[in-house]
Amino acid sequence: MKQIKLMKGNEALAEAAIRCGCDAYFGYPITPQSEVLEYLSANAHKRTGMVVLQAESEVASINMVYGAAGTGKRIMTSSSSPGISLMQEGISYIACAELPCLIVNVNRGGPGLGTIQPAQGDYFQSVKGGGHGDYKLIVLAPSSVQETVDFVDLSFDLAFKYRNPVLILSDGALGQMMEKVELPVQKERTFTELDWATTGRKKGNGRVITSLNLQPEKMEEINMHLQKKYREIEKNEIRFETVNCDDADYIITAYGLVARICMKAAQMARAKGFKVGVFRPISLYPFPYQKIADLSKNIKGILDVEMNAGQMVEDVRLAVEGRAPVKFHGRMGGMVPSPEEIFHKLEEYFLGGAK
Amino acid sequence: MNEKTMLDDQHFENIIKEESVCTKENIVYEAPHDVLYDTPMHYCPGCGHGVTHRILAEVISELGIVHDVIGVAPVGCSVLAYNYLNIDMTEAAHGRASAAATGIKRVFPEKYVFSYQGDGDLAAIGTGETIHTCNRGENILIIFINNGIYGMTGGQMAPTTLPGMKSTTSPEGRDVATMGNPLKITDLVAQLPGTYYVTRQSVHKPVNVRKAKKAIEKAFQYQKENKGTCFIEIVSNCPSNWKMTPVESNKWLEENMIPYYPLGDLKTPKA
Repeated sequence: MKQIKLMKGNEALAEAAIRCGCDAYFGYPITPQSEVLEYLSANAHKRTGMVVLQAESEVASINMVYGAAGTGKRIMTSSSSPGISLMQEGISYIACAELPCLIVNVNRGGPGLGTIQPAQGDYFQSVKGGGHGDYKLIVLAPSSVQETVDFVDLSFDLAFKYRNPVLILSDGALGQMMEKVELPVQKERTFTELDWATTGRKKGNGRVITSLNLQPEKMEEINMHLQKKYREIEKNEIRFETVNCDDADYIITAYGLVARICMKAAQMARAKGFKVGVFRPISLYPFPYQKIADLSKNIKGILDVEMNAGQMVEDVRLAVEGRAPVKFHGRMGGMVPSPEEIFHKLEEYFLGGAK
Repeated sequence: MNEKTMLDDQHFENIIKEESVCTKENIVYEAPHDVLYDTPMHYCPGCGHGVTHRILAEVISELGIVHDVIGVAPVGCSVLAYNYLNIDMTEAAHGRASAAATGIKRVFPEKYVFSYQGDGDLAAIGTGETIHTCNRGENILIIFINNGIYGMTGGQMAPTTLPGMKSTTSPEGRDVATMGNPLKITDLVAQLPGTYYVTRQSVHKPVNVRKAKKAIEKAFQYQKENKGTCFIEIVSNCPSNWKMTPVESNKWLEENMIPYYPLGDLKTPKA
């Protein structure tokens, strides 16, 4: 039965993992996401038999994910920025070996040890590679606790559909704040033998999970195959939300929790008679380039707002191709912009002259 | 015509045709074709990997577990172990074989899981994973090939390189004052409560090959009984990077490696 509860983002995420029949979680404590590991440790095994293991490091946990994901089961890990950095080598292996799994990054302020407050400084790392080589993760950015929950099951579906790791890019605020959330019904943990998984040799020769090919011709073929898959993902899996963009003169682009703050700023602008809309990419990879390109044809300007020094704004500019001015406002190191601050930036860059 | 050629000629005259000998009734020993691929060997002549792969395959075949075993290959010379072993395998990142094996075993506890790792992989970059896997007592078999050198990358100093031993990164010989001491990681994991059976073997002589094979067999048996981590070190050679012939390398192994890494059980199950 569906259930409505007031829950903390990290705990809701863990609950969603249990409910969607996740088979195993491997993780390591790090603020602000430790509640995921804690909640799962207390609840998961006794409810569904799900494996929960606290690893000795994020390096170990992502490689446990790699091993376990090779069997075709539903496997996940979560961490926060420095821990996700440690995982990058493993993520590159997982992407090349085409293993489905879910990785959650509850983004905190960086660089370095940084802070434990929310940030979006890991956008580049998430969507442009992060580890070595040409690979892509499917990246989903929730803006509420509800979406965090909904994206868990969606992530597993996408991961298995494309045999590709999926990253949920949350942040320290989404992980820590409490919101009303509708939880999905408990799915049974079932297992289907997959024709690529290594669970003990079946008919024919032994299967191999690997990302190695010493012959450059073969390795290029593997790359071409991956690229073909990424084009398919770009065709099918673009997700975004538009709020009052149809008649807008100005658009704010933002993802995650910041987009909700921007919606408040847009309301303030509307109350003063300015037609401002908000465009929120939900899938950061694949990025909604075409939709932004289409929107940019009929507007006077875009303000991109992020909790970083300007990362997604590069993709926005690529999409706009100079058709409209793109301005940027960012806060860093764990600082969250206020609606008033964003509204003032709108005034400064665009609305002041519009009066 | 010298004496040696005359002998050879005689030898060829007396040779018996192969097909008259190689009949089914006469076979007393053959490769475990159900587990080993018939494929050209990429390991250097005289290298211990070939023998170790062979006995591992023999044990898998004899125990009848070919459909229930999942292996983890490391980064290093044996990264291509799956080109020889016809079983399901995962190739792990450098040093992470025991973490990957942990992941597999935790979601498929009824399967036999082993990792096969070299000294650089297991005792340098993967030390953390090795110790914690053993300390958790993961029900897996770790096979550790110790030849005191980085083979695949061309002969650099390994964590197990002996004092004074030359490598491309210790060209004057390993100076323990500046380069540290060889790590007896097998002794270390034997101290951990999670390990059940820890032994050090070699494959440089037939008698040692038989003992090493027995150890692998025992380890899989213990894994079936969920006893904890089994850890088998194979003290091995690297003729190419030691810059020796295979025979010289085995002699050097016996005179230098084995005194530092003495063979035998370090931890045996309590009776």
